[in-house]
Amino acid sequence: MDANDRLTIAGHEFRSRLWVGTGKYKDFTETKKAIEASGADVVTVAVRRVNITDRSKENLLDYIDPKKYTILPNTAGCYTVEDAVRYARLARAAGISDLVKLEVIGDEKTLFPDTAGLIEAAKILIKEGFIVLPYTNDDPIVAKKLVDIGCPAVMPLAAPIGSGLGIRNPYNLKIIMETVKVPVIVDAGVGTASDAALAMEYGADAVLMNTAIAGAQYPIMMAEAMKYAVDAGRLAYRAGRIPRKLYATASSPIEGML
Amino acid sequence: MANEIQIHVNGEPRGWRDGDSVADLLKDLAIATERVAVELNLEILDRKDFGQRGLREGDRIEILGFIGGGCETKGEWDGRER
Repeated sequence: MDANDRLTIAGHEFRSRLWVGTGKYKDFTETKKAIEASGADVVTVAVRRVNITDRSKENLLDYIDPKKYTILPNTAGCYTVEDAVRYARLARAAGISDLVKLEVIGDEKTLFPDTAGLIEAAKILIKEGFIVLPYTNDDPIVAKKLVDIGCPAVMPLAAPIGSGLGIRNPYNLKIIMETVKVPVIVDAGVGTASDAALAMEYGADAVLMNTAIAGAQYPIMMAEAMKYAVDAGRLAYRAGRIPRKLYATASSPIEGML
Repeated sequence: MANEIQIHVNGEPRGWRDGDSVADLLKDLAIATERVAVELNLEILDRKDFGQRGLREGDRIEILGFIGGGCETKGEWDGRER
């Protein structure tokens, strides 16, 4: 990969265009190995109560070195503006940075974002100095509104979280990529390597996934597959694909034939 | 000897020494202060104030940290006061 092809968001520079979640792994060792295999340098984490009854339990950050990775806290599990804002503030107080992956979930069954709540929560947090990366729907108008209020990137979904359905609405994602002038990170719904490659070929700046890796039969192997997929997709995008045509065009010259 | 008071830590009732600080509590619980957030009666505390904030009868304290999570994470806490 071209070492100069870096992704920059609000002054943060990223080496990898694959971002990964840290949930659903069998243990911290597997989490660590999968993240290493993925080559990701951004990992998402959730904010939850510390276990005060069993202090022998290990901490995720003992395995994932915050000096080596950008730790991106999310507001997963928040269904209201108030909760999302509260968790974002707690994440910042817990001391990593001003970065937050903002989620305001609208419904338990689909886990689709509540985009009205998302915009409201983003406004509050941006005013407080947060760098808000919003998990949003594949809606170009909402994406534009999020950028207009100051989000330095948008994170539209490919499909519902954990569904593995792949990119359900490639045309909307393409419109988002053409509409907004900030990085677009396709987040959620990726099922396998080709989905990630496609997202990158469409022009996504990065892809974020968790279940597609953690839920695979061999997560560490899938993490490696995703690394190649994202790299391949990015290169193909930069290389510029040929247009689709209905009929054949010969690759070998006719000249010199008998 | 300080008076025994009742506080709530992460939703659980707990006996505590009246006036002893948040920093004392974290020390008793063997929780390193780096990378945790502390919310006292819904107010998020600055880490540098942990030593100055004494705990009083009925205080509700939440101690949070980072756990594995991707997009949606089912956690122990629903974010609401119990």
